[in-house]
Amino acid sequence: MSFDDIKQLLTEKFGDTVITGKETTGLQPALLINPDDITAVCLELRNNSKTYFDFLSSLSGVHYNDETNRYGVVYHLASIPYKTQLTLKISKPHSKESTELPEFKSVTSVYRTADWHEREAYDLLGIYFEGHPDLRRILLPDDWEGFPLRKDYQNAEFYKGIRID
Amino acid sequence: MVITNPKYEEALLRYNKKIADASVEDMILNVGPQHPSTHGVLRLELITDGEIVKEVIPHIGYLHRCFEKHAESLTYQQTIPFTDRLDYLASMNNSHAFVIGVERMMGIDKDIPKRVEYIRVLVCELNRIASHLIAIGTYGIDIGAFTPFLWCFRDREHIMGMLEWASGSRMLYNYIWVGGLFYDLPVGFEERCREFVEYFKPKMVELNQLLTDNQVFISRTANVGVLPLDVAINYGCSGPMLRASGLKWDLRRIDNYSAYPEIDFEIPIGQGLMGKVGDCWDRYKVRVDEIEQSLRIVEQCLDRLQKELKRTPDFDPRAKMPRKTIPKAQDYYVRCEGAKGELGFYFMTDGKSEIPTRVKSRGPSFNNLSVLPELSKGVLIADLIAIVGSIDFVLGEVDR
Repeated sequence: MSFDDIKQLLTEKFGDTVITGKETTGLQPALLINPDDITAVCLELRNNSKTYFDFLSSLSGVHYNDETNRYGVVYHLASIPYKTQLTLKISKPHSKESTELPEFKSVTSVYRTADWHEREAYDLLGIYFEGHPDLRRILLPDDWEGFPLRKDYQNAEFYKGIRID
Repeated sequence: MVITNPKYEEALLRYNKKIADASVEDMILNVGPQHPSTHGVLRLELITDGEIVKEVIPHIGYLHRCFEKHAESLTYQQTIPFTDRLDYLASMNNSHAFVIGVERMMGIDKDIPKRVEYIRVLVCELNRIASHLIAIGTYGIDIGAFTPFLWCFRDREHIMGMLEWASGSRMLYNYIWVGGLFYDLPVGFEERCREFVEYFKPKMVELNQLLTDNQVFISRTANVGVLPLDVAINYGCSGPMLRASGLKWDLRRIDNYSAYPEIDFEIPIGQGLMGKVGDCWDRYKVRVDEIEQSLRIVEQCLDRLQKELKRTPDFDPRAKMPRKTIPKAQDYYVRCEGAKGELGFYFMTDGKSEIPTRVKSRGPSFNNLSVLPELSKGVLIADLIAIVGSIDFVLGEVDR
């Protein structure tokens, strides 16, 4: 199924608001999805017999660091029966002064592999995934402060009273 | 700014409570982080009931070296040595995947000379053999067979020596560069490589007699840790792990990158010869079969490199190297078949600088390891060691 067919399929199923745009400038086109619908979209793409995107290759959290300080998640899906690939993107502006983390829906219920990927995005970028079964830090220690892959991350001066040079 | 919301702490509190409760009812057993059978610094927290494992909680991150942070602050060429350190047993495959991604973004992937492509495939396959030899050897040692380990390391040493000859270092090569290679192969490499293939083929027969058909080994691995295909796909398993569950899925054939479309090789899959499809023995056997296929690829590469793609005095492997590596502004996800499975790199570039704005590496070991808690529910502790060994992960790639 081609990129435009997938777009049409999703629009027919979920209405016009589900797809907020598309990026076709690069080598791999990407669909921009409404963040609230991502779990339903993934489930539909996985189960629909015309698409069968059953393999989540990669899930990456992104900090765009633009005017609205957007945070986003990029999903790279692959279909094993049809040997096709698809990129989905969701993003949301986030206030720099906010004391809360940017929040997205978890796709763990659709792809179990998202479990560790989402924990990694939470760990390194501070993205909270609603509905994740076990959202703890995965690579860094539990008492780490801050999120290192954010563009505004400041290196800590001390770690448990030890000066970091 | 302090981030405060009690729901961010919930999961940690839940985990702490689970451990506190389990230490009353059951026994908690730590495997690792410094344990030979965890193949690196992996810590497994087992909640056990006698000899039965009720739950496994893996703790990773002991080897986290901030690959993504490094890649976001260095140029593409400077990042290549860091990719070598992801899966340090198959460094060539890592840099190959990374370089393919950058070349495609630059639009120069079609200009790479054939000889360079074949040398890349040759060294990658040699490295894959070396990686699988370690997987097999250390798996034997996990189960209690010491000799195969020594044999595998003896044969791997030949590969290490050859790759050192070509690149100057034993394990972390920095040999494949964007647009070309560090150097052409040294004079006499092809002949030496052919010598190795001839030497190594009978050694594989010996190894099969010693370990593959060994009744003790079969009893320890067959019907243990059976991974059904649907679970494997849903958990994002790839490489030998996915193929052992019975699916012919090899990105060398699916994506047909580099010189692979011109090369003839089979894709071995698990057939359940000794037990069920997808058990530990199948995963082991797929790797043994892949070594044989890799040897075939090596031979075909050597044929081409010694005949129509012969070295010429004026051949420059760096001729196509871009002076400035500045791809157009775009996002690109590249996937390649590493030694452990689907190795992916996700790049985000702004089109202005040589430094990408975001790099994510998708390590196959990371995803393969994440299936462990599912795979080891209700198994015996001794079987858990067999399962962990059969996954064949490298912690350098899990933690990145």
